[in-house]
Amino acid sequence: MLTATILVPLLGALALAFWPNPGERTCRSLAAAAGTVPLILLLAVWLGFDTAAGAPQFQWVENAPWIPSLGIGWRMGIDGIALAVATMSALLFVVAIAWPADTQGRARSYYAWFLFLEGVSLGVFVTLDLLLFYVFFDLSLVGLFFLIGRWGHGDARRAAFKFFVYTFAGSLAILLAIISLVLATDPLTFDMRELIARQPLAGMDVRAALVLLGFVVGFGIKTPLVPLHTWLPPAHVDAPGPASAILAGVLLKMGTYGLIRIPYSMMSATFSRYALALGVLAVVSILWGALVAMAQRDLKRRIAYTSVNHMGYTVLGIAAAGALLAGDQTARQLALTGATVEMVAHGLITGSLFLISGAFWQRAREYDLQAYGGLARVAPRLTGLTILASFASLGLPGLAGFVAELQIFVGTFGVYPWLAAIGLLGILITAALFLQMLQQLFFGDLPRRWADFSDLGRVEVGALTVMGLLIVAIGIYPAWLLTLIDHASALLTGGGG
Amino acid sequence: MPIGDIVPEIAVLITAAVILLGASFVDQRRQWLGAPLALVGLAVAAGLCSAQLAEIPRLTFSGVWALDGASIWARLFILATAAIAVTLTPEWLHRDRRHGEYYTMLLLSTLGAMALAGAADTLELVVGVLLSSVTGYTLAAYHRGWALSVEAGMKYFLLGALTNTLLMIGVTLLFGLFGTTDYAALAAATAAPVQGMTLLALALIVVGVAFKLAAVPAHAWMPDVAEGAPPPAAAFLTIAPKIGAAIALARILSVFPAETIAWRPLIAALAVATMTLGNLGALGQNDVRRLLGWSSVSQSGYALMAVTVIGLSERALPALLFFLAGYAVANLAAFAVVTQLRGRTDLAHYRGLAGERPLISAVLVLSFLSLVGIPPLAGFVGKLTLFVATIDAGYAWLAVVAVINTVVSLVYYLRVLAPMYFHESPAPVAILGRWATSGLVTASLLIVALGIGAENLLAALGYASLLP
Repeated sequence: MLTATILVPLLGALALAFWPNPGERTCRSLAAAAGTVPLILLLAVWLGFDTAAGAPQFQWVENAPWIPSLGIGWRMGIDGIALAVATMSALLFVVAIAWPADTQGRARSYYAWFLFLEGVSLGVFVTLDLLLFYVFFDLSLVGLFFLIGRWGHGDARRAAFKFFVYTFAGSLAILLAIISLVLATDPLTFDMRELIARQPLAGMDVRAALVLLGFVVGFGIKTPLVPLHTWLPPAHVDAPGPASAILAGVLLKMGTYGLIRIPYSMMSATFSRYALALGVLAVVSILWGALVAMAQRDLKRRIAYTSVNHMGYTVLGIAAAGALLAGDQTARQLALTGATVEMVAHGLITGSLFLISGAFWQRAREYDLQAYGGLARVAPRLTGLTILASFASLGLPGLAGFVAELQIFVGTFGVYPWLAAIGLLGILITAALFLQMLQQLFFGDLPRRWADFSDLGRVEVGALTVMGLLIVAIGIYPAWLLTLIDHASALLTGGGG
Repeated sequence: MPIGDIVPEIAVLITAAVILLGASFVDQRRQWLGAPLALVGLAVAAGLCSAQLAEIPRLTFSGVWALDGASIWARLFILATAAIAVTLTPEWLHRDRRHGEYYTMLLLSTLGAMALAGAADTLELVVGVLLSSVTGYTLAAYHRGWALSVEAGMKYFLLGALTNTLLMIGVTLLFGLFGTTDYAALAAATAAPVQGMTLLALALIVVGVAFKLAAVPAHAWMPDVAEGAPPPAAAFLTIAPKIGAAIALARILSVFPAETIAWRPLIAALAVATMTLGNLGALGQNDVRRLLGWSSVSQSGYALMAVTVIGLSERALPALLFFLAGYAVANLAAFAVVTQLRGRTDLAHYRGLAGERPLISAVLVLSFLSLVGIPPLAGFVGKLTLFVATIDAGYAWLAVVAVINTVVSLVYYLRVLAPMYFHESPAPVAILGRWATSGLVTASLLIVALGIGAENLLAALGYASLLP
């Protein structure tokens, strides 16, 4: 089942790559079909997932040998956290593929790369083998590199370059950390469940600290945490809208998901010792991301920096959850669940916002906020959906972002009250910057050049509505999502589950 | 004499002789027949060589020739490299009047590289280095009417003459000190406390072998040869001698006790210098072949990581062999692309190639990503095993340096790949033909197969041993 979620999109990509001269529509339908299969499969997995107390953390496990001499295998399996993030990612991929994009006459390779990216991105979340995790993690860079470089605009090649080199440095840091972690086992095994059970670096102070540093640097680049975030704004600004949505919605999650899955779970003693430092780093990201976002005049740059801010909340939640090995279990579980909900919410919300900014670019070739105004009159659908996504992003109660941030902050207050208090400032600034952005875009006088600004089309409205409905659903009735995530986070914070 | 122990080498030698004889009589249009003949000879040799795998590792010919896993696998890789290099040749040289002899020269060079891999005696080592060098100079300067090719051969020769002399001084010193050229006897003699002169002798030998490996301080010929030699010859010269030399270096170093002669830090320093210098040299290149030459230098640096920890971690030898195999297929694919594109080498001429030649471009992508170490390609497994071995042996800092270098290397590989895909194609692209295609396809399939099917080779390499 989980293997199929990876292989179907990859086979789809292969089919497209070798299909002689299909039309643009054929490509898109095939990509949409192959891209939807994983979503359906993951929903089925979700329905069959046992969240009862005492159920194992990882379910739907599959095992096949790959390189036994190094202890590497094709190991698949999923827990509540991974399932929530993976399902959100699969949905985002379907939406991004369906989104009417300007493929510049190269539809075949555009959709092939998208399917490739979908397969390997989902692979990151559903694998239980540390090396396979790295394999998929690395391949996602290759996929996005080509998507940004070929279909981006502005200085896309430079942005793609910077993105690849910068994040590849991060993955290599992770690779070294993985090897050092795994070498402490004998015989070698890359099986995540084994590694979680054995805690191989327990009691090795210096080495464990260095390994943790490798993981934090690697995942910190991907997340991104200040000061490792400088690759993100150019990559976002110059990427095509759907690729931006995937970058923000899916690839950034690999950083925070990796933090939970590897250092948090496999070296919890070391993680708890340095959790405070990580929490401080997260708060710096929250404030820095918000402040810098506020100063941006460019629509996409502004949203990109709010990603830094939001991912800061997630890392804060993870740090709080990992702060202690025992005690304060309720608070820590709340923080971890909140961090995961934030991942899902951020994927949906920021994914929508980037798709919307893609729509702006397609219509106007302009990201400068100052150039716009009064669009509410000519584009009511665009206005409504943007307002929904922005309000969700600034944490309005009743929408997904609020649920996530509330849990993170309540949980963090139980562990690091001061950090939580400072972090709250971030929410204030985000509110201000989104309101100011909405005001600038949609209200006031309509400049004459935008008099014939066309509203969103049918597909665009449909795609954004699906995401919007989910944002509202999580905001109003989050229980269906929380039950799933709590099952994992209870186990991960030492609770009964 | 146990002639049976060197039948693979004899097979290569006989093929070389047959081709030379044939080339003297066959008219110019049929000289290409040397290629299939060479392929048959190489295949027979490979078959005979793999039959040796079943035997117990041992030294033969009074201890000068090693028949262990390291030697057999390295010789198999060398034979395979030579075979793919042969497939690239017929169309490239079909107007050359000396087409037929080329194969003889290539086979003799193969023989030299094989001798390096099997040498268990300092004089045998010298024979291997010399045979591989003399034929190498000829191959590099094969286009004798083209200044760059002659210049490449000349530089190769001058540097070779110097380092070969140093090697022989080292060997002589060693003989003077211990009265033997035999590795097993040397190992027994050097177990006692040693003098400073031994270190000097060893250093000279390392420099001599570093020349074949294209490692610092004897790397300077590599970019010139990669640029000036005919691309099929460059494909061979950047790989085969390197495989032989890496094993030769690992073998002679393991003779000396690392406790009394601190050669591990020395080799680690050479590894760092080689990979860093190679990468820095490649960074600014606007000539793809030269860039490949510098990248090949940096790859020697990675291989030296495994040599550094040889004997310290049981994973070092399989890592070294696997890395060499991965490097060989990726580099062969890259040079196959250059050959297939009729030697096109200016970086600017690669702009928009993907639009015109999607498959060739894809092969170059595979090759470069494998050289960087992107999973699941051959180069990734190679680097992975290297990192595992070095960290396992306590040389984590060396792995960190290699990682930093890998990031740097991504920059120059992308400088070639990005314009291929992100620009429109300026003009139609002429290609060479079917022979070159076969080499191209074989190499690229191997890149993927060695990555995804890594277990097959890795499990077998796990049993490899290094004598004495």
